[in-house]
Amino acid sequence: MPDSAARAARAERDAREARIVRPRTSVIERFQRIVTYHELLVGMTRKELKVKYKNSILGFAWSLLNPLLYLVVFYIAFVKILGSGVPAFPIFLLSGLLVWNLFSTGLAAACSSVVANAALVKKVSFPREILPLAAVGSMLVHFFLQSLVLFSVLALVQWTVAWSYIPLLPLALLALLLLTGAFGILLSATNVYLRDTQHFLELALLAWFWMTSIVYGFMTIHRRGGFFPKLYLLNPVTPIVLIFQRAIYAKLDNTKVPNGAPGRQILPHWPMTTYLAYLGYSFAFGFVMLAIAIAVFGRSEANFAEEL
Amino acid sequence: MPAAIEIRHVSKHFRLYHEHYGSLKERMIHFGRIPFEDFIALDDIDVAIEEGSTVGILGHNGSGKSTLLKCVAGILQPNEGEIVTRGRMAALLELGAGFHPELTGRENIFMNASILGLSKRDISSVFDEIVAFAELEKFIDMQVRHYSSGMYVRLGFAVAVNVDPDILLVDEVLSVGDEKFQRKCIERVKLFQREGRTILFVTHAPDLIRKICDRGIVLDHGEMVADTLPGEAVRTFRETLQRSGLADATVEAVEAAEAADAPGANISHGRRMTAAATHRVKITNVSIDHPGRLVGRTWLLPDEAMTIRVGYRASEPTDDLLFGIAIHDEEGNNIFGTNTKIAGVSVPVADGDGEVTFDFEHVPLLDGTYLVTLAIQSTDEGTVHDWSDQQHQFSVMNPARTAGLVSLPMKVRFGTPYAERVEGSGS
Repeated sequence: MPDSAARAARAERDAREARIVRPRTSVIERFQRIVTYHELLVGMTRKELKVKYKNSILGFAWSLLNPLLYLVVFYIAFVKILGSGVPAFPIFLLSGLLVWNLFSTGLAAACSSVVANAALVKKVSFPREILPLAAVGSMLVHFFLQSLVLFSVLALVQWTVAWSYIPLLPLALLALLLLTGAFGILLSATNVYLRDTQHFLELALLAWFWMTSIVYGFMTIHRRGGFFPKLYLLNPVTPIVLIFQRAIYAKLDNTKVPNGAPGRQILPHWPMTTYLAYLGYSFAFGFVMLAIAIAVFGRSEANFAEEL
Repeated sequence: MPAAIEIRHVSKHFRLYHEHYGSLKERMIHFGRIPFEDFIALDDIDVAIEEGSTVGILGHNGSGKSTLLKCVAGILQPNEGEIVTRGRMAALLELGAGFHPELTGRENIFMNASILGLSKRDISSVFDEIVAFAELEKFIDMQVRHYSSGMYVRLGFAVAVNVDPDILLVDEVLSVGDEKFQRKCIERVKLFQREGRTILFVTHAPDLIRKICDRGIVLDHGEMVADTLPGEAVRTFRETLQRSGLADATVEAVEAAEAADAPGANISHGRRMTAAATHRVKITNVSIDHPGRLVGRTWLLPDEAMTIRVGYRASEPTDDLLFGIAIHDEEGNNIFGTNTKIAGVSVPVADGDGEVTFDFEHVPLLDGTYLVTLAIQSTDEGTVHDWSDQQHQFSVMNPARTAGLVSLPMKVRFGTPYAERVEGSGS
């Protein structure tokens, strides 16, 4: 027990930080509360990871098996059967797939996070947004592990990445986290009231995956012209995937085309500023989404403890 | 000095859905016309709790006391009004404080304490104290899903009191766990009082309120009906119980009557039964009397005398009668049960109006509200003429600080140890 002087000092400090429970709190206030609880976010993320692999033998190896399986299946389907015309297909696929996986697994985990942590929600008070964010956080750890393996393989085969674009990666990752966090917060609140949300999300993510240029090059779509490429660029995940592909895969054209035909474009020949501009769009989208998500979450949070 | 907790005109409504429509399909089908009832759990509660005071919230089940505590804790948000709290707050709501079953005790301590606002370093410094208080040294690296409920509660309480809270919220927890741990908890609560921390707790054990509170708040159907000294609060609580208790008992009796199918229950065993009564002999009125009535006191003091008079009317001359009486406490325990046959009293033939009196020279009960069941049956208990199931009650209030259920007559004296006395007489 601290001595009385220390207690008095703390009481005085706390008196200034009076906590108010109100029917409604503003988005800014909610955001500030999340920030003050950042330490809890780290702890919760750690908890998510621990719980996930508590009774499994392979543990973190599972997180590597998933993209590996995707790779094998897509390699057989697109290279051996359909003939994709993308050289070094595994590297092309993984450079986009890993970010996409962070987005999709993060959303799925975030969506069920509040329901899964009902015991906590009903017993203790903390900004509930921490739950979906921690779910995304645990997936971020998986993403880093997967990236580590990818980069080791790149080093092993002496792949040349586009060094000038590498500094864009952290920025793109940040935009992706913003988007995932925002959608995650929104979905986790909806899922409390409508448990269909998580099933709906599975379908939506499947469609979204094929609507993002991960398995095929963006230019395949671009060449078709018209409405399609515009739709692709409205998708806020596209610029992020493109930047990852541009930086890691780094091959813009397929130069090894049989019969001496001209090389086909895989990735767009944009200057870096264009990539940045599109990334700016993703950020803007993410911020607007985050504000909407926190507002919706705040409105529905009042009854979480009753609904669960 | 500012109040530690200010509850400003707080109201909380719940929507009670008669059916839960959780899936999209069901929502679509029932869109816009999901039937619900607006239930007012808290109605304009306005109260301030000064720093350093210990306040107990009393109320019957469904009075809103737990809802109020959850609002203060920030787990529920009120529909109207606001609650301002100053200082670090630790809340212990029902069993366990939100532990994750898959994590070990150690991991849960870190999780729980960080939710309560401690940094990792702070937690490490109180970790050993928490484990020692919970007496879980051997089990701390075990997953909490293997814990017993007692271990669960101990850990929860240990974390809450060791995170150095300025405000401690406790919901019923003090009544769980073994007696030794309960005592330890109460010791700790008393230490907190001396240290000037604020404690708000919910209970329906009036004993506890009297023992440790400075103040008692009584809730009744979401309204605050008293905010006063502990003794007064307990009295008001008893009165609200009596009012709602009577109503509830009637409902229960009706339900019991509907559910009953087997006749011939034995009242002295305290079985709740309202068989298809013949009503050939009917209970017409029941009065419960005690000396305090003369001065307008509605409750008994321990060891006071009590008289229960039962008026009855027989529509035709009936013999072969047996009168039974049973007394239950609020938890449904049978405190006492007998009948005229067991007591060896001969029953006169009933014809027209009559009265039977049960005289209790003294009622050696301590605190509580007790429910009286009365029955008129045939001597073989095969036929039930009338049955009044727990529709009448009396309360006993103990002004002294004796604890327990029964007022055992006792004298205390001091003297020479027995062994010395024996030795002394031998020489």
